[in-house]
Formats: sequence, structure tokens, C-alpha cells
Amino acid sequence: MGMTMTQKILAAHAGLDKVQAGELIKAKLDLVLGNDVTTPVAIKEFNKIGVDKVFDANKIAIVPDHFTPNKDIKSAEQCKYVREFVQEKEIVNYFEIGQMGIEHVLIPEKGLVVAGDVVIGADSHTCTYGALGAFSTGIGSTDMAAGMATGEAWFKVPEAIKFELKGSLKPWVSGKDIILHIIGMIGVDGALYQSMEFTGEGVSALSMDARFTITNMAIEAGAKNGIFEVDDKTIAYMKEHSQKPYTEYKADEDAVYTKTFEINLDDIKPTVAFPHLPDNTRTIDNVGEVKIDQVVIGSCTNGRMEDLRVAAKVLRGKKIHPYVRTIIFPGSQKVYLQAMEEGLFKDFVEAGAVVSTPTCGPCLGGHMGILAKGERAVATTNRNFVGRMGHPESEVYLASPAVAAASAVAGKIVSPEEVM
Amino acid sequence: MMQAQGKVIKYGDNVDTDVIIPARYLNTSDPQELAKYCMEDLDKTFIDRVNSGDIMVAGRNFGCGSSREHAPIAIKAAGISCVIAKTFARIFYRNAINIGLPILECPEAAADIKEGDEVKVDFDTGEIINITQNKVYKSTPFPQFMQELISANGLIEYIRKQLGINN
Repeated sequence: MGMTMTQKILAAHAGLDKVQAGELIKAKLDLVLGNDVTTPVAIKEFNKIGVDKVFDANKIAIVPDHFTPNKDIKSAEQCKYVREFVQEKEIVNYFEIGQMGIEHVLIPEKGLVVAGDVVIGADSHTCTYGALGAFSTGIGSTDMAAGMATGEAWFKVPEAIKFELKGSLKPWVSGKDIILHIIGMIGVDGALYQSMEFTGEGVSALSMDARFTITNMAIEAGAKNGIFEVDDKTIAYMKEHSQKPYTEYKADEDAVYTKTFEINLDDIKPTVAFPHLPDNTRTIDNVGEVKIDQVVIGSCTNGRMEDLRVAAKVLRGKKIHPYVRTIIFPGSQKVYLQAMEEGLFKDFVEAGAVVSTPTCGPCLGGHMGILAKGERAVATTNRNFVGRMGHPESEVYLASPAVAAASAVAGKIVSPEEVM
Repeated sequence: MMQAQGKVIKYGDNVDTDVIIPARYLNTSDPQELAKYCMEDLDKTFIDRVNSGDIMVAGRNFGCGSSREHAPIAIKAAGISCVIAKTFARIFYRNAINIGLPILECPEAAADIKEGDEVKVDFDTGEIINITQNKVYKSTPFPQFMQELISANGLIEYIRKQLGINN
């Protein structure tokens, strides 16, 4: 019986020739990640262990991105607590305001993850790095503490679902639409405890940015991880961003999958997830009349260059609807600078949008764009749970940057084709 | 022998960690402070009616979404002695075991138990006894490694033992 990509990476990090789904293993970690909300809890737990040092000061990354620049005194205290720990333990990969980005945009950009790595992060969207052919998964603060102390974590070797991508995307259709389509199809627990492995000839046409968006939302189907097969684009991305050696893993031909789905990319339409679950999806031709109050473009899901470029293309030379607030969040300082140099900010500002510093802010109802009771937002973020962006009676509709930008102009959810 | 007994507070499918503890309260990690807002966006009455030892029962995919450990911390600090669900989202599952909040996967019990039932749980046998309905359900047993984690009272104590730290 062969192994999946994920199983091969886990086996290699557990020092085993072979692993099987369901087996409990201990794996060596290449990177342990935390943010300003989860790291304070991890530090308290770390201190209880009773070791003086972290296992490797180069293999820990801490990114204050959730409530930063600090939204209130308590958040500032949490960041200060984290900063003091970072200095005391001499953690190398700490990214202060001015250097930071939204963690899952920043970490690949900084070259801290490459194919074949095992990464845990105290943030559920750590699954993003599977786009690079790594095994990467979200865990909680106590696992982060244990990882920082020992450099290891325990895992149950997951089963996997295979997604074979074929064909190519139609205009205005993106990685976000692919993953929303898949989550709508399999449900928010459709991949529970499992890997989502993406393969097939359709992958080659997808940009790295699109792949990051897809693996980012694997958690929204309950998956342990999402992972893409490494190809020329992955290798080019890693060479541009990282000095680290990488290892390419391909699934065995006789690898076992619980299910295989063939996804024809030509058939995918712009897709919107209605409140209050990411699997409550409708294609753009079935959304009906949904008036909106706010548009959020950015986040760890869609805060990369491709996302900002398509939003700018839609907004260029147009005016945002007078009753809609549009807030744009580049995912990192690098993205910010590049977008500025390409003149995208001019398009945004002239259309009537604001551009923010990178932060998770509104995505989780933290700050920088909280919704009042009864308000509706179209967001390129990843979750539309009750109260996610503010008042428990507000609503979030998840969509691609193209649909979000078009909706900002129309004042209601529309296809980009309707405003172009 | 580890046991829990209490009245049941019951919820449905896909209870996410954002409703268990909304992000607007994540600027602290103090368990008692977090407990005050536990379940607020799903059930405003929860924190007023929960009694120490009560058991939470829910449907599929309990604890989906964010990895915030604040969610099981808030549930535990609110006085809940055990969570029984059809299935748990995987990060919540790990977090609960790591912090010592007992959880049991049992689709039959989760479907059958009603709000307000008096329920007793035996963690050694995995038996769930519904005193009100006079029924017994058997939960999925934990693998041995996880039993070791649970009996060590969570991951941190387990690691201390492994590393031979006794101070």
C-alpha cells in the first residue's frame, strides 16, 4: 500500500520508512509559528515546562498580526509580553510592525517554509503553506509551547482526499472560487481529520498566489492540511524567496485515498459563500439581490499581489457606491510596496477605497472595519461565522477579490462582468 | 477513576470557536475573564444557567474554525466538566486534550441526549450513562497515547515527565 504526499513527509520527519493512516507518530518540526493572540497563552505553557531555551531559535516564527497595530491597551500588553519573550529567547524570526505582514502571506515570502517541511502554527490557517508542497497544519497554544520546547509534535497520520484539477479557469474566476466550490461540494467537515491533496494537469495553470488561497481554506473543510504537488512554479517561487534546501514528495501510484474528486476548472463560476458557513455557497448567477454596506479585500486568504491587481483592474476609473465602505488590506509590507509601485493604490483611492497597513483586523472582528447590527459585508476572507466581523446579527459573504471589487461599485453582490 | 456528572446543555452542528469565544475578547488569556463571554454569540443565557459540572453535548464538527485555545479554556473555566459531540474539529480536539478538558466522541449519545438530561460519564470505560432516560452509550475509546496524555493531565505535564523535569 503506497503513501500520499502528506504521509511521506510525516514518515520522513518521524524517522520511519513507512506510515499508515491512523498511526500516531512523533514528527520533527522545521518551523513553529505563533501570533499575538495565541503566543501569549503558549508562553505561559512554555514557562510551565521548565526548560530555559527554545529548541532552535531559528525555527520559531512569531508574527504580531491579529490586533496590530495595537487596537487597545490589553492588546498592547499581549504584544509586549510576546516581545519580551522573543528578546529573552533570542528568537530570530520575529517580525515587528514595519517588517510584519499577515503571517500566512509573510512566512512564505520570507522563505521560512519550503517543500517537504513539517510546520505547525498556532493559527488555523497555517495550512496555507501546503501550496509549497510542505506539510503544514494549525494547532493550539499548548502544542506551540511543546513544539518550541522540544522541536517535535505528535500527529495522527491522516487519510486523504484527492482533488484532480483539469482544464483552466474562465476569466474572472480565481483560486478563491475553486476552494469555495470545493467546500460547497464537500461541506465544512467534508475533509475532517484528512489531507486534501491537489494534483492533476490543471494545477500548472494556477499561480502560486491562487494555490496559497486554496490551501489556506483547507481548514474550512475541516482538513488537517492541504497540499499541492511541487512543479516548476513552486520551484521558481522557492528559489526566489528561500535559501533552504527543499525535498519534493510525490504520492505513490498506489497511495490510498478515501475519495477522489475530478474538478474541471472550466466549469467553475465565481462563487459566494452566504452566511453563516463557508459551505453555504452559491454561484454568482444565483446570488439574487444582496445589498451590502462594506467590502473587505485582503487577509491571509486574498492579500497577495494577484488579488490586489484584479481588484484594482475592476475598480480602475470607477467610483465605489456611495453607501459602501471599501477597505483594502495588503498582506505584507512587500505586497504593500509592490502594489504602491504598480500604482494600484491610486486606483483604489480614486475609486473611494481606503488602504490599510497589513493586519488580520476585520477578518476576525478585531478592529479596522467592524460591522454594526444588521450590516452586510462582502469579504475576500475565509470565515463567515455568526459574529465573525462584528455584531452577531451582521453578515459576511465570502467571495473572490474580483467579485468583492465589483460588488463595491454596484452596492450589491454582482459579477465583475456587470461592472466592466 | 475519572468521572463526570451533570445536567446537559445541548447545541447543534458546527459550533465554531468564534461563537464559543468571540475574537473581540481575545485581548486577554485569563480563563475566568474568558468564561464570562463563553458561548455569547450563540447563546446569551449560557453563562447564567451553567452550573459547575454540567456537560455540554453537541452535533457534528464541534469547535470548527479558529485554533484559539481560548475556546476550550473558556468552556472549562465556565464549569463544563465534559463535552460530548458527534465529531470534533481536529484543532479543538487536540486543544481540549492538551489542556485537560475531557471530550468524548459519541454520535449515538449526541443524537439521543436531550437538553436538561442528567448524564454521568466514566472516562475509564468510555461509558456515558443517561440517568434521566435510563440509557447507556459507548463512546469511541481514545488511542493509548492520548490516554497517556489525558492521565498526565495534559501535554505540558506529559512533556515534563518525558524530559525528566520534576521541579
